Amino acid sequence: MADNSPRHGGTAPLDGVLPIGAPTAVQERFAEHAATPVIELAGVSKTYTTGSITFEALRGVDLRIDQGEYVAIMGPSGSGKSTLMNILGCLDVLTTGAYRLAGEDVSELDEVELAHIRNRRIGFVFQQFNLLPALSAWRNVELPLMYAGVPSAERKARAMDALARVGLADRTANRPGELSGGQQQRVAVARALVSDPDLILADEPTGNLDSVSTADVLGLFDELHAAGRTVVLITHELEVAEHARRMVRVRDGRVLSDTDPDDHAAAHVADGEGAAR
Amino acid sequence: MTWTQTLHTAWSAVRSHTLRSTLTILGILIGIAAVILTVGLGLGSQKDVSARINSLGSNLLIVTPGSSTSTTGVRGGFGSNTTLKRSDAVALTSKDNAPDIAAVAPEKSTQLSLVNGTTNWTTTVTGTTASWLGVRARQLSAGQFITVAQDTARADVVVLGADTATQLYGTTNAVGRTVTINNVEFTVIGVLSTAGSSGNTSLDDLAVVPLSTAAEQLVGGSTRDAVSRIYIEAASAQQLSGASQEATQLLLNLHSITTASSADFTVSSQESLVSTATAVARTLTVLLTGIAALSLLVGGIGVMNIMLVSVTERTREIGLRKALGAPPWAIRRQFLVEASILGLAGGLLGCLLGVVSARTLPKLLNSTIVVSGAAVAGSVVVAVAIGLVFGVYPATRAARLAPIDALRSE
Repeated sequence: MADNSPRHGGTAPLDGVLPIGAPTAVQERFAEHAATPVIELAGVSKTYTTGSITFEALRGVDLRIDQGEYVAIMGPSGSGKSTLMNILGCLDVLTTGAYRLAGEDVSELDEVELAHIRNRRIGFVFQQFNLLPALSAWRNVELPLMYAGVPSAERKARAMDALARVGLADRTANRPGELSGGQQQRVAVARALVSDPDLILADEPTGNLDSVSTADVLGLFDELHAAGRTVVLITHELEVAEHARRMVRVRDGRVLSDTDPDDHAAAHVADGEGAAR
Repeated sequence: MTWTQTLHTAWSAVRSHTLRSTLTILGILIGIAAVILTVGLGLGSQKDVSARINSLGSNLLIVTPGSSTSTTGVRGGFGSNTTLKRSDAVALTSKDNAPDIAAVAPEKSTQLSLVNGTTNWTTTVTGTTASWLGVRARQLSAGQFITVAQDTARADVVVLGADTATQLYGTTNAVGRTVTINNVEFTVIGVLSTAGSSGNTSLDDLAVVPLSTAAEQLVGGSTRDAVSRIYIEAASAQQLSGASQEATQLLLNLHSITTASSADFTVSSQESLVSTATAVARTLTVLLTGIAALSLLVGGIGVMNIMLVSVTERTREIGLRKALGAPPWAIRRQFLVEASILGLAGGLLGCLLGVVSARTLPKLLNSTIVVSGAAVAGSVVVAVAIGLVFGVYPATRAARLAPIDALRSE
């Protein structure tokens, strides 16, 4: 798998093209794990069965995403990108194939173990924000830490810190209803960040936002990427996807292309066929 | 997720739907209050009954005659025979034969009309001895009671019950006045204090005369020596069974009966009367409590219903919590705690309503309600248990929701 992965080096987290193993300032703390990809899908299929009808949502997907990458997964509705997102987010289990998240095989885990993985390794950002309306911003942000068993004082400090990082230091006590759409999504991003996950998984994060807020939130993802975070963005909008350093197109349950928008032609010619295979 | 966090989350969920939570709590509240009140009423009536029976006197034994059979073969009920004699009562006072007996008061009762000028009043005229006042634990509000000398002398004196005195003399002092019974003029020497009622019989409507006077002047005939019943006061509560055995043995000897089973009298104790009377009250309590418990069951179903609505309504929240890493048990616990909070709130408020009603209702109903601490504590426990039991199904349903389906729901 690792042998024939052509993405090596092509998707360095920062602008400079560095071999994946070379420690950058950001990557230093991950140095020992640097060789381990965050996401490794091998021949993943997902079949839904409703009565006598079976539907193949994914048909043998191979995908490798390394530490610090900023990847957009694109595809029209029905392409299987939502199924892919659910599997990447450990919200659903695959039918066949293997999924390794940060080196850990999660294909065979049960519900409780998956909950644990989601809690520790993945930060979600949803299209609907999915904030709890009764809780203030910082109470929303501390939720993942609550399920991780972090003590109260530390939870609050980390939640406040995460809100400060998304520029909402002055809105911590507000409830979602008192915040604009863009601010709500920022709270959601803070919630995704707070547990310091291996992967930030955003499902149509700008789908419910106007253009100003969209730019705002996408700017935030750019910052996260610049800070060395691994960000996977699921979208059907090209302009959103173009923010990412790498674009994976999905259609009919298969990976159609895997390109680098910054290096469009080169990526297409050199990596097009072998991308993520 | 610690217990404090779970509690906090559940509490804010309960509070965010004030009306719905209030209505659910109301269901439990009514059930708990009903249980507390019915149990209290039952205990109260048991207490009333035993208090009434105890008001007859303390450490009492009551000897009543057996049944009679007339020459035509008609059998009377218990107490209809005339086998108990004045001499039996005298024999029972013997310290040698019956050391456990402290005092004896025979009673010879008959319904007679009392006349004061143009006023007349029919009541129970009881002939008894000087010890009656002590044995029956009665007090005088005015005058004197019958003395031994008056009994021996067949004096025409009478002590009236409080109600009887009022009927005959109104509010004026009755002591020293005369009253005519069976054409014999009696002098009122005393009036008894009020003592309430024992069952259906008023303890305040009676006239007490010396036993000898009753036998000779008022009844006469062949049954003049018979008494209606004999009250025996044991020296102490511990000596009650001894006194009962002594009385039985003595009376069997006096009546020349060899086998106890063919005795022509019955010796019963207050305890046996109390236990019979309270058994009836207890049956009623169990029945009423059963009905109240049914209303608790309905309240429990209300909790379940509301929790199911809550799970459906908060499907997205459950999905989100699961996506953020909540394991199924944490979700289940959250909903269970929420249901228990509803149960606990209903239980506590129900106790409050029950206790407040128990304080105010007796004045309106003229009955006693005894609120026992055990019933209150038990009710709260039951209320929480109901919340838990009826919360299990909704909580399990919430815990089983698949996160993606839950997140997608609108």
